[in-house]
Amino acid sequence: MNGEAIVFWVVAPVALLAAIGLVFTRKAVHGALLLAVTMVCLAVLYVAQEAPFLGVVQVVVYTGAVMMLFLFVLMLVGVDASDSLVETIRGQRWIGLLAGLVFGGLLVLAVTRSPFDEPRGLARVTPEGNVPGLADIIFTRYVWAFEITSALLITAALGAMVLAHRERTQPRPSQRELAGRRLRAGGAAVSPLPSPGVYARHNAIGTPALLPDGTPAESSISRVLASRGATGSVSQANADVIRVEELDRRSGEPTQGGTT
Amino acid sequence: MGTTPYLVLSALLFTVGAVGVLLRRNAIVVFMCIELMLNAANLAFVTFARLHGGLDGQVIAFFVMVVAAAEVVVGLAVIVAIFRTRRSASVDDASLLRY
Repeated sequence: MNGEAIVFWVVAPVALLAAIGLVFTRKAVHGALLLAVTMVCLAVLYVAQEAPFLGVVQVVVYTGAVMMLFLFVLMLVGVDASDSLVETIRGQRWIGLLAGLVFGGLLVLAVTRSPFDEPRGLARVTPEGNVPGLADIIFTRYVWAFEITSALLITAALGAMVLAHRERTQPRPSQRELAGRRLRAGGAAVSPLPSPGVYARHNAIGTPALLPDGTPAESSISRVLASRGATGSVSQANADVIRVEELDRRSGEPTQGGTT
Repeated sequence: MGTTPYLVLSALLFTVGAVGVLLRRNAIVVFMCIELMLNAANLAFVTFARLHGGLDGQVIAFFVMVVAAAEVVVGLAVIVAIFRTRRSASVDDASLLRY
């Protein structure tokens, strides 16, 4: 077993497992990281196959630029934008899996059945090394395609800017207009929302403030904290209030200061 | 080492990517699976370049990478634009043209 075979049999399973993980993870962020693993593995395989330039380009372009772009968009779109489990087409999942298995089986069968010569290797055509050889061929035979590529890249950059740009259809509301809107809406508090309670025993920002009648004010905790479940729950605060009130009744005088 | 293991790996990666496109709904995950298929094709290109002893396969793989980068930029911009108007990144939700 030569060195190349060892590299292949170490790297290939990792690449394949990471790719399978990409399909079956629930969260898109994990999928993006697994795809980065697959791409790094492929870069190693390129280097092992006498394509060091492509290996470096793979790392720089794919794991560097493309995956960063994916992670940025995931950040914009929402990390927890997970899949719905509702099937729009009945049985699509099983049919898709079956089609994939059949397709993969056919492909692997065709590849394994066809006889390949021993690879000729690139040492004969690239006496000066991989990069000079590639430069020779890109700037002679493929120079037209290379020039067209620049037009493609500029078009893509402009297209992305046009697509991602958002025109404001109405002027930005001033502070005065916002205040007026809040007053006209009625009902809602005109003053700022209550700040969370600061008590000795709880994480202060996650603990709801107590209203004068002793009930916790849900509007005092940040919506983000509440949805993440990072708050000392409202019912917990409630229980504390009840216990302190009981202590008060037993001792006969109200405790001063905070409740819990 | 022969050519076949590389080609089998390439075929398997392509299949996994295709299955991902068929199974997943999240537009970003579908997009990542497309990238996986492009990468698998690139691996086959590099392998065949070595098999035939010419650099053309590597040049084609290089161009595939460039085109894939351009495609990712535009595709992700489209996804962001759709997400802005519909607050959803599911490929099933953007079905207005059906009616």
